[in-house]
Parts: sequence; C-alpha cells; structure tokens
Amino acid sequence: MGHDLRRTPLHDRHARLGARLVEFGGWEMPVQYAGIVEEHRAVRTAAGIFDVSHMGEVELEGPGALASVQQLITNDAGRLDIGGGLYTPMCLPSGGIVDDLTVFRTGAQRYLLVVNASTAAKDFAWIAEHTRDAQARDRSAEWGLLALQGPRAGAILQRLTRPDPTALPAFHIITGAEVAGVGGCFISRTGYTGEDGYEIGCPWDQAPRLWDALLEGGVPDGLVPAGLGARDTLRLEAALMLYGNDIDETTTPLEAPLGWTVKLEKGAFIGREVLVRQMAEGTVRKLAGFEMTERAIPRHGYPLRIDGRAVGQVTSGTFGPWLGKSIGMGYVAREHAKPGTALGVEIRGKTTRAAVVKLPFYRRSI
Amino acid sequence: MYPDDLRYSSEHEWARREGGRVRVGITQFAAEKMSDVVFIELPQVGAQVSYMQPFGVIESVKAVSDLFAPVSGTVVEVNTALANTPEVVNSDPYGQGWIMLVEPKDDGDLQKLMTAQQYRQVVGEEGA
Repeated sequence: MGHDLRRTPLHDRHARLGARLVEFGGWEMPVQYAGIVEEHRAVRTAAGIFDVSHMGEVELEGPGALASVQQLITNDAGRLDIGGGLYTPMCLPSGGIVDDLTVFRTGAQRYLLVVNASTAAKDFAWIAEHTRDAQARDRSAEWGLLALQGPRAGAILQRLTRPDPTALPAFHIITGAEVAGVGGCFISRTGYTGEDGYEIGCPWDQAPRLWDALLEGGVPDGLVPAGLGARDTLRLEAALMLYGNDIDETTTPLEAPLGWTVKLEKGAFIGREVLVRQMAEGTVRKLAGFEMTERAIPRHGYPLRIDGRAVGQVTSGTFGPWLGKSIGMGYVAREHAKPGTALGVEIRGKTTRAAVVKLPFYRRSI
Repeated sequence: MYPDDLRYSSEHEWARREGGRVRVGITQFAAEKMSDVVFIELPQVGAQVSYMQPFGVIESVKAVSDLFAPVSGTVVEVNTALANTPEVVNSDPYGQGWIMLVEPKDDGDLQKLMTAQQYRQVVGEEGA
C-alpha cells in the first residue's frame, strides 16, 4: 500500500479485525472483514457498522448560508427546519453533477454538507467559490464518521445514546448528542444501504472509542463490521448512485434517476437553465437498471448493446448477494430505458442477455 | 490446507491424477483470496485446454479472475453443480469445488507443477 494514502482514525482497528485494505479515493480503506456476502446479509437482517470517516464535511454559517446552499444544490433547502436534511446533487452550469451530498440544517443560519471522499477537495473549492455572506469551512479533518445500518441499528444505538435517536425521523439530524460517553456527536438517520440506519459524526480522535463501544454493544443484535465491498453491493441493490460511476460531471440529475431532487420552483440555482430545458424536452438518455437473464455478472465499463449496436456502458454492476441475481445500471437512449427492453451486455467478447427493470432492485419492507 | 497428493500451479490451480485423467480446481489460497465465489464460467466438454493458458473465469462479488489450465489436454467433464452452488469452491476447494476433469495430452505437464511442499513456500511468501 502506498505511503501517500490517507488513513482514518480507525485504521488500526481495521487491521486488528483482519480487514482487507484497499485504496479508495486517496484513502486506505477496509473493503471487507469476514466477507462481502456475509456482511451484506448482516446489514439486511441485523446490522453492520462502516467506517466512513473518509467522507468530507463542510459547514456553511452566516446570514447568506441558506441563499448560498440554494444556489449550490438542485433540491430545496428552503423547506428545512432546524434538524432537517435532504439528499441532493450539486451541479455545474452545464447541469453536470459536481457531487451528490446530504445537506442538514443544524442552526438558524448554519448548514452541514456531507460530501464524497474522492471529490471532497473539489467540492470544498466549489462551495467556497459560491458562498456569499457566509463562511464555508472544511471540517473533514475534524469529524470521524461511522455508519450504523440495518434493522437492528436503532436498538443498538438507543442503548448507548442520549437523547433517544430512534425518535429521529428519516433524514433528520441531532447535534450535540452523547454516544457511549463521547460528547459532541451528530447523528443523522441516513445511510447508503437501503436499510434503516444512522450516520454518527464524532470528534476525529474519539472515533476508535465510539467504534469499540458500538461494536461491543451490538453483539447481542448480530452487529458486524462491514467494509466498502458490502457498502457497494448494498447501495447498488437499493439503486443508490455512486459518484464517479453512475453520475459525474457529464451526467445530469434528470438523466440519472434523480429528477425528484430537482426543485425548479425554488428559484435560481446553478445548472437550472439546462435542467429546465431538459425537463421540457426530455433527456436524450436515461440511466436504466437491468437484470441479467443469462448467468453472468455485469461490471463497470462493459459495453451495452441493443440489436447488436453498442448503445452505452455499464456504470455499475454486480452479483446482488441478497437478491441472488446479477444486476447493473447504465445509460441508454430514453426509448430503451423502459422496463422490459431487451439489452445485451458484452461480457468477455460475448453478448449476454439482460432486461431493463424498474429501479430500485431492492426496497426494504417497512 | 495443501494436500500432499496434489500438484500445484503458480496461478493457484491444483491438479490430481485420477487414473489416466487429471482433476482440476483452485487452491484454498486462491479461494480465500477470492472469497465469496459467485460465478464460474466453465469450459465446454470436449474443449482443448493448454498448459498455463486461460480456460475459464471465476468471479467473486468484487473481482474477475482467469482460470489457468495446469495441464494440456481435452476436457472430459465439468462440474456443472457449480452453476447453482459456486460457493462450494470456497467451502470445499479440493472436493465438491472441483472445476474440470481433463484427459491430458501427456504426463509432462503434471511433472512441471509444484509439489505441496514447494507450493506452501510460494503462498507462504505471497501471504506474508
């Protein structure tokens, strides 16, 4: 492993647990502990804990914080009460996506933005450039972040936390919480797995203490440490976007299945003109989800074919451990994105059959 | 972990002489390295395979790897059970997780492969 890779405060915990470490977005991260399939199943049936301290946190504070956030994102932060949050893309004037992120209102004039690790530096520069009458601070180095995910996540966290986190509605945040004796934490009811769950921010150097307490406290509920491998298969079954694969600066939220995050009625924001036009005319291409109808596994970058013609590429693909079938996504012409459309995926030179299906592949039962 | 009656390739396949034929699979080292095997692309019965040339593909949730033939010859049987239970490659790599049975061209290839003792040294080094 290269010496220039960054490490989270939990690096020695991962090593001690026997994790397999890989490079991800400039960080040395655990891809798996016991195995992707086992960790994936644990999150669907019990709980898993992920170290996501590599993710970035940006805080905007000041009289212009809301107006700046509104310029930066496509979703509408104007409707957020203190403690409320949302998921949103952040666009270029072209409508291309700079990053996808979560935005929380943590005070009357204060917002917390949680961004992807691989784009954190670019994001902060972009956010700072478009912040008016408020201060943008990159707090990524101050916050450790753990994701506790799965049907048992609430029960585990409840035993260790004040105030009771299970009272928190989806996409809401509490700040100044105490978790396992660690003060000054924030807890949001969010995640990237398709399950109920929480993301817990804590002071960077307190992350090992929090990790140990959660992992130990979760034993009766079947909690396991889970790596980026399971995180990827879980999010793909739930059809959540992976920045850099499914969305990037060349794709718009309307081409991706993110139209629900574009709130034109809120007024001006970066990228609005292009998105207004795309919404009126319809996009040329759409991100389609597909299932393999022949036994084979689609992977990122494999060509997609219709009637023998190359029509696009797989943006994400895997064998879905919970679904027990091979699934993928990729951009195709809008008329080919309808469920039922026959697609071919070129796998090692051979065209293999697939069919477009409705997204998500997996939705949890309440 | 590495039975003494098998021969081993540098690409982590094992070969077992069974009468005039050679049964082939992947080693426990390779199985553990892959973890979670979910798909195996098998050769056709009757296909010709060549010493240390790819004959199939094995996939875990995350990774795609080629399978290399430890001997040259003709495929006479493949483990079709792997289509529905690829995970036996992880749980029983030298038994139920076998991949193909080959009618070898001659005896030479098998002699070129490593003994268990030699292979243990290789994976010992790689594993370190």
